[in-house]
Amino acid sequence: MNWYAVRAIYGFEMARFWRTALQSIVAPVIATSLYFVVFGAAIGSRVAAVDGVAYGAFIVPGLMMLSLLTQSIANASFGIYFPRFAGTIYEILSAPVSPLEIVLGYVGAAASKSILIALIILATAALFVPLHIEHPVAMVLFLLLTAVTFSLFGFLIGLWADGFERLQLVPLLVVTPLTFLGGSFYAIEMLPPFWRGMSLANPVVYLISGFRWAFFGTSDVGIGVSVAMALVFLVLCLAGVTWIFRTGYRLKS
Amino acid sequence: MQPIISIQDLSKVYASGLKALDGIDLDIREGEIFALLGPNGAGKTTLISIVCGIVTASAGRVLAGGHDIASDYRHARRLIGLVPQELTTDAFETVWATTTFSRGLYGLRPDPAHIERVLRDLSLWEKRDSRMMTLSGGMKRRVLIAKALAHEPRILFLDEPTAGVDVELRRDMWRLVRSLRDTGVTIILTTHYIEEAEEMADRVGVIRKGRIILVEEKAELMRKLGKKQMTLNLQEPLAALPEALARHDLTLKPGGQDLVYTYDTKGERTGITGLLADLAAAGIRFRDLQTSQSSLEEIFVDLVKERA
Repeated sequence: MNWYAVRAIYGFEMARFWRTALQSIVAPVIATSLYFVVFGAAIGSRVAAVDGVAYGAFIVPGLMMLSLLTQSIANASFGIYFPRFAGTIYEILSAPVSPLEIVLGYVGAAASKSILIALIILATAALFVPLHIEHPVAMVLFLLLTAVTFSLFGFLIGLWADGFERLQLVPLLVVTPLTFLGGSFYAIEMLPPFWRGMSLANPVVYLISGFRWAFFGTSDVGIGVSVAMALVFLVLCLAGVTWIFRTGYRLKS
Repeated sequence: MQPIISIQDLSKVYASGLKALDGIDLDIREGEIFALLGPNGAGKTTLISIVCGIVTASAGRVLAGGHDIASDYRHARRLIGLVPQELTTDAFETVWATTTFSRGLYGLRPDPAHIERVLRDLSLWEKRDSRMMTLSGGMKRRVLIAKALAHEPRILFLDEPTAGVDVELRRDMWRLVRSLRDTGVTIILTTHYIEEAEEMADRVGVIRKGRIILVEEKAELMRKLGKKQMTLNLQEPLAALPEALARHDLTLKPGGQDLVYTYDTKGERTGITGLLADLAAAGIRFRDLQTSQSSLEEIFVDLVKERA
């Protein structure tokens, strides 16, 4: 293993994060605060407790997931797309690094950033609502699993994209709607039966549900199912990335 | 001596169907400066890109320091540094950070002393904390070289190192390349400036339409293919070439004052004595005479035209 290379890529990516600390950190804090003002204080006060959890607290796992997914995808896709766009990818391709090391560096950094942001959101949320985490270990593991999986997914998008519009396309048209419809702000039991059934086709439902279970011990679907679905998605992304490096698709001609 | 790079029957066909390389065989000797000369689109960059691992070969194999670049890429690539043609840099990184990054990428432990040495050698030390986007084109080119040298490679590829570089910087670049060679680094540079190959190279390879059409010691190449021209400045202008001189390869310059005789220095005879005798017999007297050796440029143009 070329650990120095992993460290170099990871360090490079994290440096970019700190350099843009204002966007990276302040933006999610402000966004979360706004969600709390709107959903927590303004609307939440009129919404009954869900599964015995006050609405303000109920939306915390969903909010964290929302940021975790979008940030993982955004960071990882941009991280690998930009060198391709700027041409600096030549250095990665000509260095004695294996695909695994490249992925560890880029995906590791993207996952670290999104976890940091999720934790910042958690801390911000704790200022607005009293929070008690039922299963802290499971919470952290779920955070890790989701961050890694979606960073891999973002990495795939960054490899596939051939323009900045495409880079935005999947997050905007697929991930954001799925996250909003995945129960970030409601329990899917609150939906009419038809839409409840439809929701089960949305992979994000399982992530948010599992994450909420870690917080409150209650969930829409069983925690086992949630973990299984997250793992399936992880394996799919891994397979995609492996295929790309095997064939050199969009990386090497 | 085992070649430091051995390219064997290498071919590349791009997905578009373009055949960029067509059965290239080439050995690079350790410690030499090898200039790969060819017109645009001849396959120079493709060849370099394959050796460095950026492009996948369609057929054939390449050994660097005895290591196969595909199956043993870690060992092979560690020996190689690449300075690409395009000025591709991370705009927001500092010179120091990007150079340190390159070293890490090649799996070497951080060595600030080495990085400092490289930056000083390239007159970049003062700029170490500057961001890349604030540097001039020439400075960026130097940073790319610094990045390529950060992992102490034994082989350095320079793809068009002086394209779009002003004269002074070009001279600097040449000095630098020579000093690198003096430390034992093997250098392969591509160029379409013949002047550059003439100035720098120990050996010259000419590539055209994906094939190596010639590999030769530079001095030998100049000698073998070098044609000379002798210009005779006549006392009396001629209206036309006299019949008596028809067997000589002569041209009369407009004005009739100068006769130009082209001869091959590699031939057994140059024919000069015969020409002078015939001139005397025809009663043509000349005032002055000069000879000139054709440059690598003329050789190159001849070569590429001849095989077209």
